[in-house]
Amino acid sequence: MNLHEYQSKDLFRSYGLPVSRGIAVDTADAAVEAAQELGGDRWVCKVQVHAGGRGKAGGVKLVGSFDEVRAFAERWVGQRLVTAQTGAEGAPVSKIFVEEAASIDRELYLGAVVDRASRRVVVMASTEGGVEIEEVAAETPEKILQAAIDPATGAQPFQGRAMAFALGLTGRQVGQFTDVFLNLARLFHELDCSLVEVNPLVVTADGDVHCLDAKVNIDNNALYRQPELEALRDASQEDEREARADEFGLNYVALDGNIGCMVNGAGLAMGTMDLVKLQGGNPANFLDVGGGATQAAVAEAFKIILSDDAVKAVLINIFGGIVSCKIIAEGIIAAVTQVGVEVPVVVRFEGNNAAAGLEALATSGLAIDTAESLQDAANKAVAAAAGGAVAAGGNP
Amino acid sequence: MSILVDGQTTVICQGFTGSQGTLHSEQAIAYGTRLAGGVTPGKGGTTHLDRPVFDTVAGAVAETGATASVIYVPARFCKDSILEAADAGIELIVCITEGIPTLDMLAVKDRLDVLGVRLIGPNCPGVITPGACKIGIMPGDIHLPGKVGVVSRSGTLTYEAVKQTTDMGYGQSTCVGIGGDPIPGTHFRDVLGLFEDDPATEAIVMVGEIGGTAEEEAAAFIAEHVTKPVVAYIAGVTAPPGKRMGHAGAIIAGGKGTADDKYAALEAAGVKTVRSLAAIGTGLRELTGW
Repeated sequence: MNLHEYQSKDLFRSYGLPVSRGIAVDTADAAVEAAQELGGDRWVCKVQVHAGGRGKAGGVKLVGSFDEVRAFAERWVGQRLVTAQTGAEGAPVSKIFVEEAASIDRELYLGAVVDRASRRVVVMASTEGGVEIEEVAAETPEKILQAAIDPATGAQPFQGRAMAFALGLTGRQVGQFTDVFLNLARLFHELDCSLVEVNPLVVTADGDVHCLDAKVNIDNNALYRQPELEALRDASQEDEREARADEFGLNYVALDGNIGCMVNGAGLAMGTMDLVKLQGGNPANFLDVGGGATQAAVAEAFKIILSDDAVKAVLINIFGGIVSCKIIAEGIIAAVTQVGVEVPVVVRFEGNNAAAGLEALATSGLAIDTAESLQDAANKAVAAAAGGAVAAGGNP
Repeated sequence: MSILVDGQTTVICQGFTGSQGTLHSEQAIAYGTRLAGGVTPGKGGTTHLDRPVFDTVAGAVAETGATASVIYVPARFCKDSILEAADAGIELIVCITEGIPTLDMLAVKDRLDVLGVRLIGPNCPGVITPGACKIGIMPGDIHLPGKVGVVSRSGTLTYEAVKQTTDMGYGQSTCVGIGGDPIPGTHFRDVLGLFEDDPATEAIVMVGEIGGTAEEEAAAFIAEHVTKPVVAYIAGVTAPPGKRMGHAGAIIAGGKGTADDKYAALEAAGVKTVRSLAAIGTGLRELTGW
């Protein structure tokens, strides 16, 4: 789960990490009031969306008057921001963050992730702040400093000091950075984060270490023990179909092809998409109905797949382990009958009760095409999407 | 021969009396697995599926001599359950549960490495030596005792690979689902080493997917240590970057973990790769000349 910058900064503040004073608002009047309350004569206005690349997209602006604050809020609240990471639709802007401006001397990078290869939380720092850290990692990996956190002992001050010296910090900045390092690691562990990023971490004109940006992602699997974080979820930033699928225990990811896929198991769902592509077709989505697929889940899966207008055929690939293909077949028949499916449907069953499932489809009276093998199923689905096959039917 | 489990392996089940524990224990018993009993705290002294229930893993080990445990408890209790099993002297822990917090797994894996205890999973179908011992949720009847070792990050993809090797009459020595989480207890390279040393395993099928670098590490291991023929398939060529594809570990992040990178690493290590999920069995035939 992703958090907004203003939410992340609230968390930073509660962990003693130095952040600027700021106020999140959702109207132009409130934006001006926020600037008045913060005082001073320069503010940074930032669009709050769950995507990077806001600055380049015009979503971050340094302003020097209340009129400019108002103009920024009027420009963005209720609109969508398109960045390099959002896709063409952009992300909806419901809040902007008005923050006091800081004077910057140096820009650094600080972040923490779970490193799968070393099986440690790794804190990373770099002198190359304010730019895409992936680019730094790819082009000049020697500029990225790393400290692995031992799960038994937690982060230690010496690790922070070593990083501070390597970043060229001096005097009181070393102690300040070490505190930031330790508090960031503590926040990461206590809040079950999957990623924390401060880009940039700056040295101000006054010579103090300061967190200018804040990005926090939470491990979804740990939300059960982080109820106060779950309350920060902004569903408007998530893909509508993915969120709906999630409610029904389905995993859905939209792609840009025209063959809808419904599969049990995440690996098999990816493998099915790949096979469609290999046969010259284009998958419209990833969809894993999971191990305990019910009739209701299958019906919902159909609705989600068909809500994508690009879909010209549906390929259903089920390898029944524990789940019975017969139950899936009944779910498909019910769904096609209820939902009304105006595109061809190709079904491949294997494993538990596959024959009974295919028999149920054959006697249903619906124009559902069954396949003898995985290969056959992919071929038929690709041919059907190219045109020529009849729709499955049902009553829309 | 086989790896990890055989007909002599004595197994207990943690979460024995729950719905998942009950369902899969029934199937394991029907398959012939030596399931000696189970653990449900508070239900010690009772009987379930004609087998004793214990309050603690230590109690179950003392009474049954079990060396393996399978875990079906909910995700939030898995850290505790895995560490309890390790503390009780269990040598092989198989955790089926999906959705364990990543930071729990970091701590668990660190501790198990210190203790030298093997964990299969979490978020996996389990491990099976066909005809001898089934620990997990895989359908027993698609397996055939035989000579192919199968190792995979995905449940249903394991079934596909197994089905194809069964249909071609090769059968399997042991099949290991290492799971789809970012921090698995056991990696490809661990299982590849076991298969290399197992006389019953004549060839290996490895099924990977996008995310992380476990396949690349496996490729390096194969180049150094594996002499047996290996066929590999990687799922997720069409997966978009930055999107989690069902499994917690299946995500291309920061440009790393793509299927193309994994295929390239495996091919450079001399592994026969297949691009179609339906071609695992035929790939094996071409490679081995069987």
